Amino acid sequence: MTVLRRILSTSIDRTGASFLALVAAVALLAPVLNLAVPESSPLHWSTFVLTLVGKYMCFAMLAMAVDLIWGYAGILSLGHAAFFSLGGYCMGMYLMRQIGPRGVYGHPVLPDFMVFLNWTELPWFWIGFDHFWFALIMILLVPGALAFVFGWFAFRSRVTGVYFSIITQALSYALMLAFFRNDMGFGGNNGFTDFKEILGFDLQQNATRAALVVATAVALAASYIACRAIVGSRAGRVLGAIRDAESRTRFLGYRVESFKLWVFVFSAVVAGVAGALYVPQIGIINPSEFAPINSIEVVIWVAVGGRGTLHGAAAGAVLVNYAKTYLTGALPEVWLYALGALFVLVTLFLPRGLSGLLPAAVRAR
Amino acid sequence: MTVLPAYRLEPAVRRRTWRELREAAVRRAPPPLTGKILYLEKLTVSFDGFKALDGLTLYVDPGELRCIIGPNGAGKTTMMDVITGKTKPDSGNAWFGHNVNLLALSEPEIARAGIGRKFQKPTVFEQLTVFDNLELALAGDKSFLRMCVASLTRAQRERIDEVLETTGLTSFRGAQASTLSHGQKQWLEIGMLLMQEPELLLVDEPVAGMTPHETERTAELLLSLAGRHSVIVVEHDMDFVRSIARRVTVLHEGRVLAEGDMDQVQRDPRVIEVYLGA
Repeated sequence: MTVLRRILSTSIDRTGASFLALVAAVALLAPVLNLAVPESSPLHWSTFVLTLVGKYMCFAMLAMAVDLIWGYAGILSLGHAAFFSLGGYCMGMYLMRQIGPRGVYGHPVLPDFMVFLNWTELPWFWIGFDHFWFALIMILLVPGALAFVFGWFAFRSRVTGVYFSIITQALSYALMLAFFRNDMGFGGNNGFTDFKEILGFDLQQNATRAALVVATAVALAASYIACRAIVGSRAGRVLGAIRDAESRTRFLGYRVESFKLWVFVFSAVVAGVAGALYVPQIGIINPSEFAPINSIEVVIWVAVGGRGTLHGAAAGAVLVNYAKTYLTGALPEVWLYALGALFVLVTLFLPRGLSGLLPAAVRAR
Repeated sequence: MTVLPAYRLEPAVRRRTWRELREAAVRRAPPPLTGKILYLEKLTVSFDGFKALDGLTLYVDPGELRCIIGPNGAGKTTMMDVITGKTKPDSGNAWFGHNVNLLALSEPEIARAGIGRKFQKPTVFEQLTVFDNLELALAGDKSFLRMCVASLTRAQRERIDEVLETTGLTSFRGAQASTLSHGQKQWLEIGMLLMQEPELLLVDEPVAGMTPHETERTAELLLSLAGRHSVIVVEHDMDFVRSIARRVTVLHEGRVLAEGDMDQVQRDPRVIEVYLGA
């Protein structure tokens, strides 16, 4: 308790407190505006808006995970969509098992796609996913373990900079190709969908959806506090030192590899949790989530919001995705050009992103 | 002879550090000499056929301030690289005290064993304050998890203040390191080495690009450190070397050409031929 209080008092500044207040407000308003406010009222949030808010918050978590390693430790990962998707697939496996005999083929154990492939029994790696607690552990473990093994080899071999970015991209691409194959046992290019329930609650019910939004807000706030605690500690300053002068840090006696590895693993776990919260709200997970472009988009969110700020990354994720939702609806052919132009403009004129504007605006007032 | 300023470490850290050092120390017996802090014997390093070090043998006494000079390509920086674990030699031995085989340790392990290195180009953490730079250089357990919860003790704060005083940076403690002058950055980096409580300091061209006044301050600083620490200075500036040197080693083509006090060395005809006379 005292440790938590110390972390809160030393590492959460005023901007951080406003950010947490905003997330808390969303968590409180979402169920009220959706469930209690009548549909005729202009304040009412439709199911669509509710899902959108939940989705944006998942993306905000993902952006924060990328910002932690890119903004603070200088590690540019172009493969974070992979960790996000793996977390999502773990949740998806649980949700598939919850369908039970209600699938199209009505098989008591096997999900539809396995029946379709003429499989007769559940593959070993699906065992345990009928339990929520097991899925929960896997959501943390699978992305974390992959990041650990991958980071162990990459950082130990002192792969840095653009080379690291390229191999993370390759990792994500390789996983996408693997998950596209039907015999991998993850539903091939259709992935998982048609979920029914989570923990016994109907996923089509607004109350369940509101609860998921609240859970996402809690996870977002918790990740923010955890990231803040890391970057506000001496470990955070060591990460900055590694970013600015890696070999100097090594000669000071720090195991640079292990610092990079731990922060990378932590970041991957956060991304995995975000993915796991994303899937039940969106209702589908398929291999296109691993697509290299997804990881690159995350980097753009962070750049737009301002790297090395955490809340800026979250804001960037929400703003860019809001623009995406709007533009892909109104002018679908323009979206990719707009995204590219946004990245170029931000890099040229706003090297510190939108949050770089913030202190200036405060000063002007 | 103590290799580590072990009394300054916390018991758990001390036990671990000692264990690591013991485990890392090599199977072979140490050289049969006593009382030196650094033993370099018959070190050979070659890069694509070029011998950067060619059977280099050099000993340094505890508390000594040793200057190393030599023309470009004499092997000065390569020697530093070998001592700090950046380059592994093709053959030879490098021992730190009696118990630490430098060739069996990695760079961070060597740093924690008590050898600090100052690079030719000042490398401080530009985005951090002077105080934070020194804080990161504090001796002790440097694992990720420990650093996540570390907070400064009163003794550590006092240690930082002491080093700020020694390096003349007290009034800059809250300044961002990028705003310091070239000379101040060099001192800050020496201060960071001091924070690690090293037994041996390696200082590569400390006065390159300094004003005469800064050069003088640096000479004073290094002299004040000798005795408490062993210091090896690599430098081209002859006036500077003359002002601080007690013992000078001249390197040439990866070997020791001459060793002695500055006057002796300057009178040596071989030295005049390859270096000073040129």
